[in-house]
Amino acid sequence: MSEEELRIGVYVCHCGGNISDYVDVKKVVEAIKGEPGVVVAKDVMFACSDSSQNEIINDVKEHNLNRVVVASCSPKLHELTFRETVKRAGLNPYLYYHANIREHVSWAHTDTREGATEKAIRHVRAAIAYVRNAKPLEPIRQKTMHAVLVIGGGIAGLRAALDLSRTGLNVYLVERSPFLGGRTPQLYRVYPDGRRGADIVKDLVSELIRRDNVAIYTNAEIKSFSGYIGNFEVEVEIKPRYIKVPYDEIKEKIKELPDEIPDEFNYGLTKRKVIYYPYEGAFPRIPVLDLDHCSDVETIKELLGDAVDLEQKPETVKLKVGAVIVATGFDPYEPKEGEFGYGRQGVVTLPQLHRLMDLGNGELKLNGREIRDVAFVYCVGSRQKKSSEEEEVNEYCSRYCCNAAMYISSLLMEQGIRTYHIFRDIRTYGRHERMYDEVSRKGGIFIKYNEDEPPEIEEEGDKLLLKVKDLLTAGEQLEIPVDLVVLVTGMVPRKTPELDELLRISRGRDRFYVEVHPKLRPVETAIGGIFIAGACQAPRDICETLSSASAAASKAATVTLRDVIELEPFKAEVDPNICDLSKKCIEICPYEAIEIKNYEGIGEKAWVNKAKCMGCGACVAVCPTEAIQLNGLTNEQIRAMIEAAGKEVII
Amino acid sequence: MNEGGSEPLILVFSTNTISDPGIDFTGLMHLHYPTRTVIVRLPCSSMVRPQFVLYALTHGFDGVFIAADGPDCPYLAAACVDITSQRMAEAQNLLKENGIKPERLAMAGICSVCAEPFVRSIKAFYDRIKDLGKVEIGEV
Repeated sequence: MSEEELRIGVYVCHCGGNISDYVDVKKVVEAIKGEPGVVVAKDVMFACSDSSQNEIINDVKEHNLNRVVVASCSPKLHELTFRETVKRAGLNPYLYYHANIREHVSWAHTDTREGATEKAIRHVRAAIAYVRNAKPLEPIRQKTMHAVLVIGGGIAGLRAALDLSRTGLNVYLVERSPFLGGRTPQLYRVYPDGRRGADIVKDLVSELIRRDNVAIYTNAEIKSFSGYIGNFEVEVEIKPRYIKVPYDEIKEKIKELPDEIPDEFNYGLTKRKVIYYPYEGAFPRIPVLDLDHCSDVETIKELLGDAVDLEQKPETVKLKVGAVIVATGFDPYEPKEGEFGYGRQGVVTLPQLHRLMDLGNGELKLNGREIRDVAFVYCVGSRQKKSSEEEEVNEYCSRYCCNAAMYISSLLMEQGIRTYHIFRDIRTYGRHERMYDEVSRKGGIFIKYNEDEPPEIEEEGDKLLLKVKDLLTAGEQLEIPVDLVVLVTGMVPRKTPELDELLRISRGRDRFYVEVHPKLRPVETAIGGIFIAGACQAPRDICETLSSASAAASKAATVTLRDVIELEPFKAEVDPNICDLSKKCIEICPYEAIEIKNYEGIGEKAWVNKAKCMGCGACVAVCPTEAIQLNGLTNEQIRAMIEAAGKEVII
Repeated sequence: MNEGGSEPLILVFSTNTISDPGIDFTGLMHLHYPTRTVIVRLPCSSMVRPQFVLYALTHGFDGVFIAADGPDCPYLAAACVDITSQRMAEAQNLLKENGIKPERLAMAGICSVCAEPFVRSIKAFYDRIKDLGKVEIGEV
């Protein structure tokens, strides 16, 4: 290969103006034309279009090109696209480099065409230097585990698990709380067909538990996590329930226990017992003893006899899976004390309203009192403005809340309850606009408030008085007596620091998990083989959550249904002829991928186990003799790129 | 000609999964920073061999900026900060031994959405290097 004449094709993309409006692409082509080995140098309108890809393929054949550079958008978008193009042209796909001249150049330097053009030239020169020193590489082929781990047993996790199970893959569903279902069973009724959240979950669960390729672990957490796409190793710790029999068998006995702990299922509106079974139909049917809150173990033992077993210990199971779906969901925003009157009697959140209605079998009562007038205050905990750089606020719109509040309002209005809607903007997008229309027609009263002058809520007798300046009537100050104020709270991402640490997937600016690309790779994380679904990624309603769960399941299946997966060959490799056995690489490698091996005729030297090497390059930096280098990014390539990019640019 | 005599040239080492997307995000937000910044991506900032830094500063660059992963590093997690800092200290010693000011090397953790922090730190670094002027062997 080293003797082969280099014949490089370089393609500089306009991106339809995204690049060429700020970078003089013609000048870039002109500047690199004369670089040694460059045979073809062109500017193209859209390098990623079929016609441009075919042009590259034709050029490779016609001009016997053996290296290709495309300078266009971020490699996150199209590096893989062009590696495939090069492969289709009959070249090794790793004889390609992707220069980023859009995100790193044109979009960042819209203020100086000359400066942007110079920087683009440097980036393309570095790319040419890379391919000049590139060697063909073969992807590493690994057997894939035909199994998927789903983290989170809410509606997203249930949907994903069911979809995956139907493909024939083995599925492990791990839920941290003692029961499946997540937040959905807490919903009284949901749009459009008015079904109870608990019933929707029951349908999914009853199908899931019938399938013999699904293992469900509740009251369980991920304890360790290692490996890579196709081959992850996971340890799951299952905490004891301390109860051995189904709820129905001990139901009557449990009733004798006092209500003493705020019931999280009802958002603290009611109290529960230390033996806990949140709602009728919850799965598993076995209740759980909340030992942390149990002050009197002896009474429990006396009461339940053999049904309780305090000797139960946590169990650990070890799983091997090819892919992971993270569906850890959200928490409802919890207003601060005093925020829109929160903490006062009669001020509840939207999730609490669902519980109140469910507990009253559809009738809305508060402490036994009938409710005639309800005010909904919108955008609580969403669309917040920063008062300082450091302040952590929710700048996003939680998007589900307007629709959810409209739907439950229409149910209330059917009972003759008057509803007031104190809003900043109503965003009943898509078909939900019909709900808005319905509530308006039924007589819902809409009052627009200014975010700088939020409504005030005061107590007046046994009612609440809501004071608000109505922007729609030229700032008239209104005082509305109501029985109940509902704070329409948004979603915040569930905090899971231990899990984040183990999986190392990133969160975005709004603290939700972030996908690789919202349009091109919407359910993938930067870690290959780990996918995200549902409200852990963004505020979502149930429909959107289910779509993303099915999408994530399909993506996970494309990895795990294959027998063999091809991994990128960017692994460390030792040249035993140069290795002086300093062992520095062995000490620094976080994956224990480097061992000492006896090379025939050379003796004992360092050796990289490529199945374990993750390709971080930490070993490269410490090797005294440069014996260990990274395939696909050798020290020679890095030096060549530095040298090429540092050269003077004359334009 | 754009070789503005006193304008420095900076080499930025970014990382594939964290800081390179962070610099992408900076572009996506159309935030401006000096153009004389060349970005070379590596898998992880722990790969920066001290000799690479010296190589850059003797081959046309006046400063090297490591856009590190910080504790989010998908390879080394929290250890990434310590390991990269060690390489950085070694690189600064190497620069001193070769008569180059160690301040020409800097590191900052740049997360995948750290657009403003990137702009802030690269601008500050650029200004610092501009004050130092062009690299001269024997400047220390």
